[in-house]
Amino acid sequence: MKILVCIKQVPDMESKFKVNAAGNWYEETDLAWRMNEYDEYAVEQAVQLKQQVGDADLTVLCVGSDRVKETMKKALAMGCDRGAHIADDESHLKDPYAIASLIVSYAKDKGFDLIFTGMQSQDRGSGQVGVLVAEMLGIPSLTTLVEFSFADGTINAKRELEGGIKAKVSCATPALVTCQLGLNTPRYPTLPNIMKAKKKELISTPAAELNPEASLLQVLQVAPPEKKGGGLVLEGDPADLADQLIQILKEKTTALA
Amino acid sequence: MKILLVAEYRDGKLLGTNSELINFATQLGSESSMFLVGSDGSLPNYAGNLYLADAGQAGEFNPSLHKQLILDVIEKEQPQMVVLAHSSYGWDLAPRIALALKAAQISEVVEIKDGNLVVPSCNAKLRREVKATTALSVVTLQGGAFTPAEDPSGTPEVIKLEAAAGSDIQFGGYEEAEAGGVDLSKAEIIVSAGRGIGKPENLEIIENLAKALKGEYGASRPVVDAEWADQSRQVGTTGQTVTPKLYVACGISGAIQHLAGMKKSEFVLAINTDKDAPIGEVADVLAVADLKQLVPVLTEKLNAL
Ligand SMILES: Cc1cc2nc3c(=O)[nH]c(=O)nc-3n(C[C@H](O)[C@H](O)[C@H](O)COP(=O)(O)OP(=O)(O)OC[C@H]3O[C@@H](n4cnc5c(N)ncnc54)[C@H](O)[C@@H]3O)c2cc1C
Ligand SMILES: Nc1ncnc2c1ncn2[C@@H]1O[C@H](COP(=O)(O)O)[C@@H](O)[C@H]1O
Repeated sequence: MKILVCIKQVPDMESKFKVNAAGNWYEETDLAWRMNEYDEYAVEQAVQLKQQVGDADLTVLCVGSDRVKETMKKALAMGCDRGAHIADDESHLKDPYAIASLIVSYAKDKGFDLIFTGMQSQDRGSGQVGVLVAEMLGIPSLTTLVEFSFADGTINAKRELEGGIKAKVSCATPALVTCQLGLNTPRYPTLPNIMKAKKKELISTPAAELNPEASLLQVLQVAPPEKKGGGLVLEGDPADLADQLIQILKEKTTALA
Repeated sequence: MKILLVAEYRDGKLLGTNSELINFATQLGSESSMFLVGSDGSLPNYAGNLYLADAGQAGEFNPSLHKQLILDVIEKEQPQMVVLAHSSYGWDLAPRIALALKAAQISEVVEIKDGNLVVPSCNAKLRREVKATTALSVVTLQGGAFTPAEDPSGTPEVIKLEAAAGSDIQFGGYEEAEAGGVDLSKAEIIVSAGRGIGKPENLEIIENLAKALKGEYGASRPVVDAEWADQSRQVGTTGQTVTPKLYVACGISGAIQHLAGMKKSEFVLAINTDKDAPIGEVADVLAVADLKQLVPVLTEKLNAL
């Protein structure tokens, strides 16, 4: 069985974001980078599937600059067999359509039985790339999965809907699934597996060799939101803060009445 | 401009997001028509053409078929924009329509600014103003961003669509949220724990503050996903919607899916080490502090009152 998992490297969302000089994305310096949270569930599910079926080859793919290889190594340490890096220093300026077409141009003749992606990327949050890849490949896709099982060429899964309701869905492979938070418990790579991952194949292919398609979206401007909330911001020593908060709760709420 | 609104229907009922689609069309000042896989027994309040396929025939969840039906309507109506809710139905269907017509998709729109659309990035710490380069665009709307002041009115002009059977996906029905646990929707005071608690042992700090305030404790999704707290305590779009007099958010960044479940609280106190955390947008007071230091001191002082 051939499995592909697509991951993205994103900044830690607790970072302070500054708009870049071109005004079309965030400044990439001084950020801590990690695997997109949704993709950790995708990698974990792919690794579990590989362990279940035994005879499987699991590729992790990421489009991005050389920097993303660090995150790909984590996926290799979690249990992916090989890495396909699509080298693209401009990937942050590409829209989901352009990213999906790069993934498809790599994947189209490789015969993957199952493709895993996250349901959305944390920095862009479009929730498009997975479904676009499936549609371009002409295979079915199941999105927002919180339960996944596979047997005899069929995926049985549950999609998460609003309000804690789930929809039971299934389809035959080849197929693509997008993974939602809580689908499983992503493993932490162990030290021996981190060492082993260093020897695994990680091949970079320049995006330019994959007939990249142009983006369909144009970014006009990026800016921090205007502060509308205007709530009170308090800083200081915990004991003083606690006193101030109690005073506020007494004056502004009935919580202490 | 002409736009096509894709309404939602689930488990035999129309969903509330439909009024947001109509309001969006009004705000854009566009002419609109609507598409729905639903039932002629429950029609939306809408003064316009409604292309209706029967859910009994087309299936409530059948993306490849719904896509085909929508493509047929697009062919007829020639809209410049197709609009869906950014919901489990909408984000699943939108890219399918977009790709079929090679249309640009703009996800999770929060605002219309000078005719362009604004979308959030990086947990709402940044906003992007974007524009489609294609003649047709597919747009999804963030829940709550276009809620109308008043519910729409009117009776639609129904145009029935015939749906052929068939699907590449089998839909096996719904599974309700697990019953039981606490009912946070009635709680007057809620203290919630977010991923910022760091480890399960620290949940006790939050529980103790909840007790000192004679309230319940709640949680954000990662705390529930990690099984540090029961599912019934999750606040947000995929958990409970709460409206307490006081909501204390400890170590919660304020993702839109969490805010959707608690923003109607009367008073919000946030405790967070990140001064720029989006929870600050809905908080009446943001205490910039390490919860592990502040919460125990606050609890102690409250207990001493
Ligand atoms: C379809 C969908 C549905 C979802 N439904 C829900 C839902 O119902 N409910 C929900 O909550 N989420 C939901 N989510 C997830 C949501 O997008 C966020 O990922 C989640 O709310 C983040 O939880 P958090 O704020 O606890 O964690 P994070 O976003 O990781 O934030 C942790 C916060 O803690 C702060 N912090 C860290 N250390 C400390 C400390 N020592 N003291 C004080 N502060 C500290 C950080 O500054 C940060 O702001 C959903 C997502 C999707 C895609
Ligand atoms: N640059 C990328 N490289 C590889 N996979 C990606 C990339 N961007 C997005 N994806 C995948 O597509 C999913 C959805 O991303 P998005 O459409 O940006 O929200 C992510 O969770 C990833 O699995």
